Amino acid sequence: MEKFIRHEGLVVPLDRSNVDTDAIIPKQFLKLIKRSGFGPNLFDEWRYLDHGEPGMDNSRRTPNPNFVLNQARYQGASIFLARANFGCGSSREHAPWALQDFGFRAILAESFADIFFNNCFKIGLLPIVLPKAELDALFGLTEHTPGYRLTVDLPAQCVIRPDGHAITFEVDAFRKESLLNGWDEIGLTLRHAEKIRAFEERRRSEQPWLFAQGLH
Amino acid sequence: MAKTLYDKLWENHVVHTEEDGTALLYIDRHLVHEVTSPQAFEGLKLAGRKPWRPDSIVATADHNTPTWNWERGIEDPVSRQQVETLDANIGEYGALVYFPFRDKRQGIVHVIGPEHGATLPGMTVVCGDSHTSTHGAFACLAHGIGTSEVEHVLATQCLLQKKSKTLLIRVEGKVGAGVTAKDIALAIIGRIGTAGGTGYAIEFGGAAIRALSMEGRMTLCNMAIEAGARVGFVAVDQTTIDYLKGRPLAPQGELWDRAVAYWRTLVSDADARFDAVVEFDAARIVPQVTWGTSPEMVSGIDGAVPAPEDFSDPVKREGVARALDYMGLAPRTPIRQIPIDKVFIGSCTNSRIEDLRAAAAVAKGRHVASSVKQALVVPGSGLVRAQAEREGLDRIFIAAGFEWRQPGCSMCLAMNDDRLEPGERCASTSNRNFEGRQGAGGRTHLLSPAMAAAAAIAGHFADVRELS
Ligand code: SF4
Repeated sequence: MEKFIRHEGLVVPLDRSNVDTDAIIPKQFLKLIKRSGFGPNLFDEWRYLDHGEPGMDNSRRTPNPNFVLNQARYQGASIFLARANFGCGSSREHAPWALQDFGFRAILAESFADIFFNNCFKIGLLPIVLPKAELDALFGLTEHTPGYRLTVDLPAQCVIRPDGHAITFEVDAFRKESLLNGWDEIGLTLRHAEKIRAFEERRRSEQPWLFAQGLH
Repeated sequence: MAKTLYDKLWENHVVHTEEDGTALLYIDRHLVHEVTSPQAFEGLKLAGRKPWRPDSIVATADHNTPTWNWERGIEDPVSRQQVETLDANIGEYGALVYFPFRDKRQGIVHVIGPEHGATLPGMTVVCGDSHTSTHGAFACLAHGIGTSEVEHVLATQCLLQKKSKTLLIRVEGKVGAGVTAKDIALAIIGRIGTAGGTGYAIEFGGAAIRALSMEGRMTLCNMAIEAGARVGFVAVDQTTIDYLKGRPLAPQGELWDRAVAYWRTLVSDADARFDAVVEFDAARIVPQVTWGTSPEMVSGIDGAVPAPEDFSDPVKREGVARALDYMGLAPRTPIRQIPIDKVFIGSCTNSRIEDLRAAAAVAKGRHVASSVKQALVVPGSGLVRAQAEREGLDRIFIAAGFEWRQPGCSMCLAMNDDRLEPGERCASTSNRNFEGRQGAGGRTHLLSPAMAAAAAIAGHFADVRELS
């Protein structure tokens, strides 16, 4: 997993709520069996005027000039500003992969869908829940200030505006440690292998029906 | 201290707890399909690891598979590669059961699990698919997970989780004729919103839930994710136990009796406290139809599409305006006056035998309206399809002008050829009406199987209660 400590970057706002994972990365791209390269198809249906399919040369497609990610002032953005219930819908990790591949390191929103929120942490893309009033202000500032940038400081658990205003956020201690260190969670869990095995053996003797060996 | 069902399920699976409360939960059943597993198996391989317990895995190919012309195989090479990758991974690592493409028991992962007794009360069930909440119908803690977590479960048989708050949704009373689990689910989401369950584990209780069949409970729990909850479940009762008896992976003989005795404890204690409770009166729930691009944008069949100015919150108003624009609907259009182009009866929400029976009861002796371009019936599994054929449901559908297909996810998410063309409007028994979900530019209205059949016959939405 990619480490996250402190990040400073350009902000892009997407001012709608309930943005679902089908919108973030449409289903035709889920047929691919790789983990990277989804960035060019991030928000495919909103970003291009024509229909995209895997394997297409995206540089030859027609971008939708009205979509925020296509606007010149937001090129190179790495901090994503969103509204409520961001990432709702399917469990596809392709959605956070696409956001990360595009270049995003952090997403600020009023709320996130649960599975999406979880998936982001697994790859080192930091989802941050902020109060609505703070977000309203950030949307205004981003739209009215060309080149608006923010700093996300994970150790201090705050988002810092250029005017010095710092907005604190919550993050689980375990997740924070994992991000700061870029830990491999599987490796961490396997340190408890003995405990897992003991648990499993007890379960096998108490509820043997959970360990069926085949169809009968 | 009195415990909720959630507390019991949780405590039964904790292997280890970190200081901040993050727990390592043991996973009993791992459902695997072709779309969210390739990168997980690859990650496992790259790290030189092996699955911890292959006999916890139940796998099938469902998302990409075609629903007709099976003899031609999978023609789309990208889809075929994904399905072949699953074949290869299961071939290499093994599984408790695997139903590959074209197996007579193949089907949607959330249909085949319960159907084979692979989902048993008290289990933790995970799958790289958000609708894993379906299995909560069996008093399971059933989570949808992402691909990194699929790899984590493969490698360690555990999942890292934090305990949720508990929400009891109590639906008391009795639903009227023509009102189904799907209508209950949509009515709940209409009230609490698509983020209403975020951070909660939902237990569905009350007389109207007790009265539901297992199929109905699966429909309801399936939709829990659309209310934002990661898990939704129903306590064990006689209905649960009767459903499981004799299933191929359910225990038998003396083990069955021991299991049943344990399963009966999987209920919330009478005086258990929930963090939140929401009550519904079943008698007031009418057949539901969604009009927008989020499942919370829903109305009773007697209602009308709202207008953006009905909403005071500017973000919401803007969202409704955008949804109406996408859906090609004018404010205040009565739901019944909306004409449809296609009908889809299927998906892990509503493709079980009871769903097909309900749709066939409406279709029997009638015909799909000539304005409807296509009406698909896609059974949830090969076994559901075979059962329906034994009951003659296929002949009813075909005589009425429906297409009778092979099982799979099909037009629920349109990864195969079953899809909407831009601008087409569909009456769909699936679970998501997101933009482009059933095909780029397609317009989805969610409703129950009986209501979908009624819409197919009428050519527009119609109240199934008024069909004699
Ligand atoms: S039927 Fe639809 S919702 Fe269910 S598993 Fe398949 S794609 Fe997902």
